[in-house]
Amino acid sequence: MFADWPILSLIIWLPIIGGILVLASGDNAANATRWTALVIAILTFVVSLPLYSSFDPTTSDMQFVERASWIPLFNIEYYLGVDGISMPLIILTTFITVFVIIAGWEVIQYKPSHYMAAFLIMEGVMVGVFCALDAMLFYVFWEAMLIPMFLIIGVWGGPNRVYATIKFFLYTFFGSVFMLVALIYMYFQSGSFDILAFHDLKLGLNEQILIFIAFLLAFAVKVPMWPVHTWLPDAHVEAPTGGSVILAAIMLKIGGYGFLRFSLPITPNASNELDWLIILMSLIAVVYIGFVTLVQQDMKKLIAYSSIAHMGFVTLGFFIAFMIMNNSETQGGAILGLEGGMVQMVSHGFISAAMFLCVGVLYDRMHSRQINDYGGVINTMPLFGAFMVFFAMANAGLPGTSGFVGEFMVILASFRADVWFAVLAATTLIISAAYTLWMVKRVVFGKVANNNVATLEDINNREFFVLGSLALAVLVLGLWPAPLVEVMDVSIENLLKHIAVSKL
Amino acid sequence: MQFELSTLIPVLPEIFILSAACLVLVVDLFLKEEQRVISYGITQASLLLAIGITAVTATGETQVVFDGSVIRDTMSDVLKIAIFIITAGAFLYAKDYLRDRDIFKGEFYVLGLFTVLGMMVMVSANTFLTIYLGLELLTLSMYALVAFNRDSVIGSEAAMKYFVLGALASGMLLYGISMIYGATGSIEFSAVSQGLANPEANKMVLIFGLVFVVIGLAFKFGAVPFHMWVPDVYHGAPTAVTLFIGSTPKIAAFALAMRMLVDGMGTLHGDWQGMLVILAILSMGIGNVVAIAQANIKRMLAYSTISHVGFILLGILAGTSKGYTAAMFYSIVYALMALGGFGIVMLLSRRGFEAENLEDYKGLNERSPWFAAMMLLLMFSMAGVPPTVGFFAKMFVLEAVVSVDMTWLALVGVFFSIIGAFYYLRIVKLMYFDKPVDDTPLTAGLDAQVVLSVNGLSMLALGMFPASLLSVCAAAFS
Repeated sequence: MFADWPILSLIIWLPIIGGILVLASGDNAANATRWTALVIAILTFVVSLPLYSSFDPTTSDMQFVERASWIPLFNIEYYLGVDGISMPLIILTTFITVFVIIAGWEVIQYKPSHYMAAFLIMEGVMVGVFCALDAMLFYVFWEAMLIPMFLIIGVWGGPNRVYATIKFFLYTFFGSVFMLVALIYMYFQSGSFDILAFHDLKLGLNEQILIFIAFLLAFAVKVPMWPVHTWLPDAHVEAPTGGSVILAAIMLKIGGYGFLRFSLPITPNASNELDWLIILMSLIAVVYIGFVTLVQQDMKKLIAYSSIAHMGFVTLGFFIAFMIMNNSETQGGAILGLEGGMVQMVSHGFISAAMFLCVGVLYDRMHSRQINDYGGVINTMPLFGAFMVFFAMANAGLPGTSGFVGEFMVILASFRADVWFAVLAATTLIISAAYTLWMVKRVVFGKVANNNVATLEDINNREFFVLGSLALAVLVLGLWPAPLVEVMDVSIENLLKHIAVSKL
Repeated sequence: MQFELSTLIPVLPEIFILSAACLVLVVDLFLKEEQRVISYGITQASLLLAIGITAVTATGETQVVFDGSVIRDTMSDVLKIAIFIITAGAFLYAKDYLRDRDIFKGEFYVLGLFTVLGMMVMVSANTFLTIYLGLELLTLSMYALVAFNRDSVIGSEAAMKYFVLGALASGMLLYGISMIYGATGSIEFSAVSQGLANPEANKMVLIFGLVFVVIGLAFKFGAVPFHMWVPDVYHGAPTAVTLFIGSTPKIAAFALAMRMLVDGMGTLHGDWQGMLVILAILSMGIGNVVAIAQANIKRMLAYSTISHVGFILLGILAGTSKGYTAAMFYSIVYALMALGGFGIVMLLSRRGFEAENLEDYKGLNERSPWFAAMMLLLMFSMAGVPPTVGFFAKMFVLEAVVSVDMTWLALVGVFFSIIGAFYYLRIVKLMYFDKPVDDTPLTAGLDAQVVLSVNGLSMLALGMFPASLLSVCAAAFS
């Protein structure tokens, strides 16, 4: 019944216009502003639900398509649509934003209207990235994302925020401008900016490799992959809790989404040629960054590094598919890798958001993120301790939580490519258990470390609601991932068809 | 030659602006000091009327009058209207600034209108001589404007420097024109173009002339390595004048390039393309890198202008109609951005205080969130970040360059724009992330506030709907 509605435009523009209204309302009635922002966020989430309920999982065609001319001279269109790959990510975005708004409820006292507006505008823009089917529209949303994030980190961030936010901006800007040139180049090959037309474009191997590298610069910085990951720990440490949550839960996924929407189907031959490079980078992220995570003293930095390691699984899953296809005739393993990467993205969206919110809860009370300042939190905050342990388990990939499903699928797929890949990838189960559980041991368990910890108060209803909802999501996805896998199944198969066909 | 009154219709806007300048000159003589606002009013009214006259007399066809000296086509109409609008905006921003510094004089408007007239002549020129006349009218008025605050030592120095270098550049241009005249036997663009097609034309002399013409052009654009005057003049001139110099003359310079290089010497495209490539790369490189080192915002914006000129040149050198459209779009958008940027510099200044140092922008968001938000839009637009229009200006230009198989040049362009992003971000950083050092409340007239808001929001509006302005520009080259 919703199929004819311009539902995607609504999900994009409702929060953006709402954000502008919130911005205009000012800070005189801060509470009213907060409620308005929350209502808009919830409304957007509700509006995005029909994407799932009315979604047709039996076709790989784009659904909920909206198409209008935007800049006729250059054949640029306002062209939106979703398939099984982008739809779950859109719902993830609208879902997480609600909690980000709630999490900033009391903490943000400096210009709350600007804070809420920045996140709402950001939400609309991120949804725009996921559903744009015109490359230039995609690029506009992709870059527009930087402006609110730049301000969020810079205005509400920690002591070293200016360095972190400028580094964040310039890194991502650097990555994406080369993609712009690649997109323009393809426009001249195909005559339009239609991404689906790009998928059918014939390109020579050298061209493909150059385009692939341009895309890689953009997406690898965003994911972020080793060795261009260094902006992420800085940005996370300095960002306010909400900023970290959006960064980890959604912005990183946009990099992964970029690989699926652009790199793999447009330049399959180049991807096939260079898959060793990506696999190598992914494995380094999984193993080496895993060890780096182990020694972190700052909780946010620890989770930031663990995000890099977990995103390594995503890229590993995507590119292992090429090796499997070269090794065997069947495509089963390749699908497993791609789907595993997707599941890992969604699951990491929930888990990393929850972990950063947990750190936020502690930081609001103690104003410290140093692991050494804590100890025995469970004695004073039993409820919180239970949540933190649960999310830590999920982060370590405990079966029954969503963290397990994606990792397990990717490891299974790696076996079909090369046993050694699987062995290396599987070390994450040990390393990530080591760093998360060790952190939990030092922070949550043990004796009460100092007077500050002794006076901590347990989470209030608002925090309970936020963490509880995310815990539920992690658990449901972990025990019953089928609904997520089903909606993406046909789209992934279609993607694989594109990959399998040479574009030379 | 027979004189017909109807030949005056196409040049009606020029005649009107000339009359308006004379009117202001005479009326101003009889005004008392406190009535000076009347001169201002007449100037603004005549600029607005000129928009109407240009629009009404526009036929959409190309008309050549005065024995081929003057051309009136869609490009000239669009550029003139852009010049009128941006000049009116510049005068509006400037009013309070001039008044606070006791230089709110009628001569400012007389000279300003003559500058506009010079630009109009350039935009509509169809011979090398006409274009030279327009250029001289423009620059002579500019020299006087730069030294407008005659008690300012730095202003006089800037004017002197501008004059000496400007005269040298004009000489070069004239020398180049004489070479081309020698080789082709004409100064009219279409005739020159035909003469060039003649295989017997002396190629050596032509290229020699072309080099000098390009040098003169590069000087007027402020392209590296002929950019030395730009930072000093921008810095030394009263901000009201910097605002004016920094915005509309770039549109005129675009017209200068179009008329001379494309209309006149389009057949030598292969020769001047290489020269413009060098100018463009150097401008983008040096402009963006040196801007980082500036502590004075006027100098910083001067270097940023240089880098933007590099991008405008990219569009022209592509040599396709889409490239020209892109360059025209860029020039107009750039003039709007410069208008807003310098407008803010001026609004933050007050009697006895020039907000020239980057430090003065600290904590602007605390002092005036609205000003800060407008400056934010302008800065992101200059940096070329979507959804502001600055992005589309850059993208269209890059597209033109890629279309002629010069993808490497597009890569050079985007590379330097990353470097450029840093110093624009620094302004945003100062405004939003730092605490104010100066708590003096900001006051600005309602008119200036409204224009600033329109100016800033137009960055966003044109960024969301670039097709509107783009189709106007495209109409000029169809």
